[in-house]
Amino acid sequence: MNKKHRMFVRMVVASLVRRRSRMIVALLAIVVGATILSGLEMIYYDVPRQMSAQFRSYGANVIFTPSGEGYIDAADLEESVAFFPSEELEGYTPYRYENTKIHNMPATLAGITFDSVLKTSPYWHISGELPQSDGQALVGAKVAENLGIKQGDDIAAVNSFEVTETTDTAQIPSYEIYTDPETGETYCDHELELKVTGILETGGSEEEYIYVSLDDVRSLSLVDRGYDIVEVSAASMQDKLTETVGEINDSSSTISAKLVKRVTASESTVLTKLQSLVFIVTAVVLLLTMICVATTMTAVITERRREIGLRKALGALNSSIIAEFMSEGLLLGGLGGILGSVMGYFFAQFVSVNVFGSSITFRPLLIPITIAASVLVTGLACLVPIKSAVDVDPALVLKGE
Amino acid sequence: MSRLLELKNISKVYGDLHALDNVSLSVDKGEWIAIMGPSGSGKSTMMNIIGCMDKPTSGQVIFDGKDISKESRRKLTEFHRDKIGLVFQQFHLINYLTAVENVMVAQYYHSMPDEKEALEALERVGLKDRAKHLPSQLSGGEQQRVCIARALINSPELILADEPTGNLDEANENIVLDIFRQLHKEGTSLVVVTHDPEVGEVAQRIVRLEHGKITSDKKNESFSE
Repeated sequence: MNKKHRMFVRMVVASLVRRRSRMIVALLAIVVGATILSGLEMIYYDVPRQMSAQFRSYGANVIFTPSGEGYIDAADLEESVAFFPSEELEGYTPYRYENTKIHNMPATLAGITFDSVLKTSPYWHISGELPQSDGQALVGAKVAENLGIKQGDDIAAVNSFEVTETTDTAQIPSYEIYTDPETGETYCDHELELKVTGILETGGSEEEYIYVSLDDVRSLSLVDRGYDIVEVSAASMQDKLTETVGEINDSSSTISAKLVKRVTASESTVLTKLQSLVFIVTAVVLLLTMICVATTMTAVITERRREIGLRKALGALNSSIIAEFMSEGLLLGGLGGILGSVMGYFFAQFVSVNVFGSSITFRPLLIPITIAASVLVTGLACLVPIKSAVDVDPALVLKGE
Repeated sequence: MSRLLELKNISKVYGDLHALDNVSLSVDKGEWIAIMGPSGSGKSTMMNIIGCMDKPTSGQVIFDGKDISKESRRKLTEFHRDKIGLVFQQFHLINYLTAVENVMVAQYYHSMPDEKEALEALERVGLKDRAKHLPSQLSGGEQQRVCIARALINSPELILADEPTGNLDEANENIVLDIFRQLHKEGTSLVVVTHDPEVGEVAQRIVRLEHGKITSDKKNESFSE
């Protein structure tokens, strides 16, 4: 850096440092704009993740059903869910249904995995507790009302079937087998003792089932088979979800994956509208920031008309005046951008915690974007006042009294 | 003595107002001229034209043998930057730069800033020990001396001063006039625009302006080095 460049830097820095009170006003205008801009940028990019998490409370967004006759195999299921990115897979719950009798009334058992069901059905409201082990049941409110079941009751689910030559009677206690004296045929009333730990209320069809563990369903039916349906909850955007579902359908011959349209379509619609809203607000803020910075810079430059006149009288060319004032503006813009990026993160965090109830994801890439936007906006805002500055007639502004 | 500056039939018209009306004036190298006259006589207009900050409506300005009256704004800026040092009544120092930095600004736009040379210029006006002070920390007289140091720093062929003592007390007025005497001794040409008779009467030649016309142009018989 030669002496001329050093003097240039010395003048620009002196102007910023020794005119602190003036520059702080301009810097404040830029910082406020950059803070809101940075905050909204972070919110804009974090909205999909936040909204996706919010929409998970509506339950599963992908359903697996058997692609033909038969059931979903456990090994196929593991392969299929592996298509979802692990960080986006909230959980999946297999369902296996079996008809049974309770209090001599027909009922349907749904075998599930209890540790995952609240991830795929977070809206379930349970009076009591979710079963923790085999031999426990969660009873849907409608079934409970029809059969007069309450939390804490012991109930017996009975599977009645005819004993044939293929029946593996070794699994059945002898006291459950009896012969019909009229027909001479042998039957079995295979029984499963269950403790009711809670009553399920959803207001929907889920209240028509009795939920037990998959092992309990297997032991009651005496048949080892796959699942009837699997619910999957993934915090992915609709496009990504559609892509994953397509990959699963292409790769698996036994599983048919489908999006739960009422969830994914609503999510997509709300997300698009919310992002549009944030985008428009960001654009308006950017415009207001530009006006605010332009007004401030106009005031700053106007009060320096005499100085500009003097510089011209000392031989400054217009290009020198533009370079000096633009450098001051851009330096302020950069400084404002850095401060705004940091403060914007806290602003976005505040908004996120209060609106979505979760913290924002820090995105380092938004820092250079904010600084660049701040520098650009300040540069544009400085153009008009600087243009008027170079039009200053030194003879007029330096006139005596 | 060779001719430094020549104004030939200069007129400057603003609407119906003839600020300068067919004025001719010449300045020799090393000459000290005072241009005097009441307010509105055309002194400032003449100073702006000599200082290349304004162009005449008609007539010629010949500086060091070169007609500059038709030059572009940019050329005029370059020209006065190289040839003329300006001293103002209001001093016009940049308030956030120190005394030495104010002097260096003139170097910056002229050629290459050199702090050592700027300090020497301040020493010449007796202000070396105030070099790191901001204008707000200097008295009026000191500010005017910084202004003179700034005008001198690029070794101009002409020092053009507009009411240089207009804002100074008597003591500081004498200091400034002593500096002018010293500059004149060293061969610097001086054109001082003033309405103060005391300032005008120390010059080598006194030109009087009234209503845009030169009413008298005579040597100062009482001038002494």
